[in-house]
Amino acid sequence: MWIYEKKLQYPVRVSKCDPRMARYLVEQYGGADGELSAALRYLNQRYSIPDKVIGLLTDIGTEEFAHLEMIATMIYKLTKDATPEQLEAAGLGANFVNHDGGMFYNNAAGMPWTAAYIATKGDPIADLYEDIAAEEKARTTYQWLIDFTDDVDIQDSLKFLREREIVHSLRFKEAVEMLKADREQKKVY
Amino acid sequence: MYDAQWRDWKPFVSPNDPCPPIRVKWYIVPPNQYIHFQPMNLPQFTLEEALQRGTLWPALFSPYPSRRMAKGGKANG
Repeated sequence: MWIYEKKLQYPVRVSKCDPRMARYLVEQYGGADGELSAALRYLNQRYSIPDKVIGLLTDIGTEEFAHLEMIATMIYKLTKDATPEQLEAAGLGANFVNHDGGMFYNNAAGMPWTAAYIATKGDPIADLYEDIAAEEKARTTYQWLIDFTDDVDIQDSLKFLREREIVHSLRFKEAVEMLKADREQKKVY
Repeated sequence: MYDAQWRDWKPFVSPNDPCPPIRVKWYIVPPNQYIHFQPMNLPQFTLEEALQRGTLWPALFSPYPSRRMAKGGKANG
């Protein structure tokens, strides 16, 4: 059960008409290390993880959907007023033919999102390591996206998202430490 | 000694669960989780034992008994 707030987690302003950037931002929308993958990965792993860390996966998984909305907003703003000619020039011709101005979950190269991007092993240590790796890969993708635009307003939103990946990675590492704990404790069965 | 690698947790059990509950679940935390950079001169297995176990160092060894084994294995529950 979720409660929806009709606002973005962090403001998204796009000040430069640059449909080309939409083509690359979609990597974080429907790519392997994107926000959809992140949200579905964490919210799905929750069921088999020890109770101590279920809440963390719920919270972070939910926040990833808030990030997904921010990315969607950027892509929408960058493409909604583009003509077919402009989209084609931006490398979005194939995307236009298939979806017009609609959003779709594919990566920057046009490959549709697949559940193969996410994993659940059922082993809490393995699952949390998957999550830590995913956060670091998403952080990296944000860095390359920030490198790829000179729009300071998009950069600002992307820098916020990049910072969240850093925080999430640390929280997952703390979760690993919590699950490693009680090694010294004497157990009597 | 190696038994210390196991952790247990107690999943939530609802009175409305359809199947008999498994009250305790187990997971293993292998020793690599605590060794961030292996120190020099750790004690070693004999070479024959090392070949059989997959590691030269007892500090890195992590046995994994099958959950299918009734006794000695970490069957859930």
